[in-house]
Amino acid sequence: MRIIDTSLITETVKRITIDANYDIGESFLEKLRKAIKLEKSDIGKTVLEQIVENDEIARDDKEPMCQDTGMVVCFVKVGYNVHIKGDLYESVNEGIRQAYNEGFLRKSVTKHPITRGNSGDNTPAIIHVELVPGDQISITVAPKGGGSENMSLVKMLIPADGVEGIKKLVLDSIFNAGGKPCPPLVVGVGIGGNLEKSALIAKEALMREINDVNPDPILAKLEQELLEEINKLGVGPMGFGGTTTALGVKIAAYPCHIASLPVAINIQCHASRHKHAVI
Amino acid sequence: MKIKTPITCNEIKKLRAGDFVYLSGYIYTGRDAAHKRMVETLNKGEELPFEIKDQVIYYVGPAPAKPNRPIGSAGPTSAYRMDPYSTILMEKGLKIMIGKGDRSDQFIQDMIKHKGVYLQAVGGTGALLARKVVESEVVAYEDLGAEAIYRLKVKDFPAVVTYDIYGGNLVKDEVEKYNERKV
Repeated sequence: MRIIDTSLITETVKRITIDANYDIGESFLEKLRKAIKLEKSDIGKTVLEQIVENDEIARDDKEPMCQDTGMVVCFVKVGYNVHIKGDLYESVNEGIRQAYNEGFLRKSVTKHPITRGNSGDNTPAIIHVELVPGDQISITVAPKGGGSENMSLVKMLIPADGVEGIKKLVLDSIFNAGGKPCPPLVVGVGIGGNLEKSALIAKEALMREINDVNPDPILAKLEQELLEEINKLGVGPMGFGGTTTALGVKIAAYPCHIASLPVAINIQCHASRHKHAVI
Repeated sequence: MKIKTPITCNEIKKLRAGDFVYLSGYIYTGRDAAHKRMVETLNKGEELPFEIKDQVIYYVGPAPAKPNRPIGSAGPTSAYRMDPYSTILMEKGLKIMIGKGDRSDQFIQDMIKHKGVYLQAVGGTGALLARKVVESEVVAYEDLGAEAIYRLKVKDFPAVVTYDIYGGNLVKDEVEKYNERKV
């Protein structure tokens, strides 16, 4: 049994949350730079250039790339052989609190969804805990902006809708969202499970590296086809028209009921912020 | 094209959808909560906390400023959420709105009627846009924090004319050019 003190969790969450807001990472920046060369619209090219310049300023000057520093989603995978000394959820929220206060990040979380108000420290985070083999804790944080989350959805399709139904839903959603979710996007798609499972795996799919390939060949093919079709919608960078509407499609699947075909679409803006650490 | 604020009717007539513009002068910030309060104020028959005639509202809720900086990261927020509040503000003389994303048909009609213009700054470029802000001061609703109304002095603030007074619509025209969807 390995004993892990919650102060280590707080410190880790704080560090990677600030880093996620300041530094989008070289692989994503490189993807954006390549997109400038491929983009057919001149307006679209200019928009992509401004995005790259922005992300470089944020990284170099250590400040948030976007003022919407999000509500934090946190995936925590705890090894069976770990004993946590203290309150896991509170230690994650304390890390968020410190990150938003000390990192000059905007507090974007309400006290209550109906009466609104601001919680004042960007907590609570949305925390997903999973038990896994081993004696480590793996933490991924994703400060998720409101603009792209607002364009996300879950739809309960029926088995007869099939792959074509899934594609239509994704393409319609992205076309109708236009510039609102800040394209170029990363599109997370969760297929199967049930209502909440599809949404959760769609979110988790967004945590993948931008250039990775899905190990499931069926999903890898669907990701490639959807990416090509999304980029034919014409929406373009920030919805100003063009051929770069998405930089990646990330799909996750889970078995579902014989009567169902749940599909969740979780849209990620071009400020694709997520960082990972292992304790 | 460079434009100075406050904006005159003559200048508004020159703006066409698709033009890149660079604003200099004072602009006001406001997003969901501030808009709700401004409209409630007007509905009560009271005066707005600043003179809105010929002015510019930028839909933004900035991140906190670092020491010795006028403002933190300050990119545009989605404009469609302000659609229910915009018409009454344009009736009072508001001329330019800066945000991101497209807006309702009703908004566009009202905007043309009141000779207003909608510009977009590039969403998600808050660090870059903050560099164009020279000064910042709260003018109203300080209790709203990041959602308070600030007066910003900007220099060469970049934006794209999205809807103009002639019915020009950058979003519709440009997206159609590149749309090759088959199904």
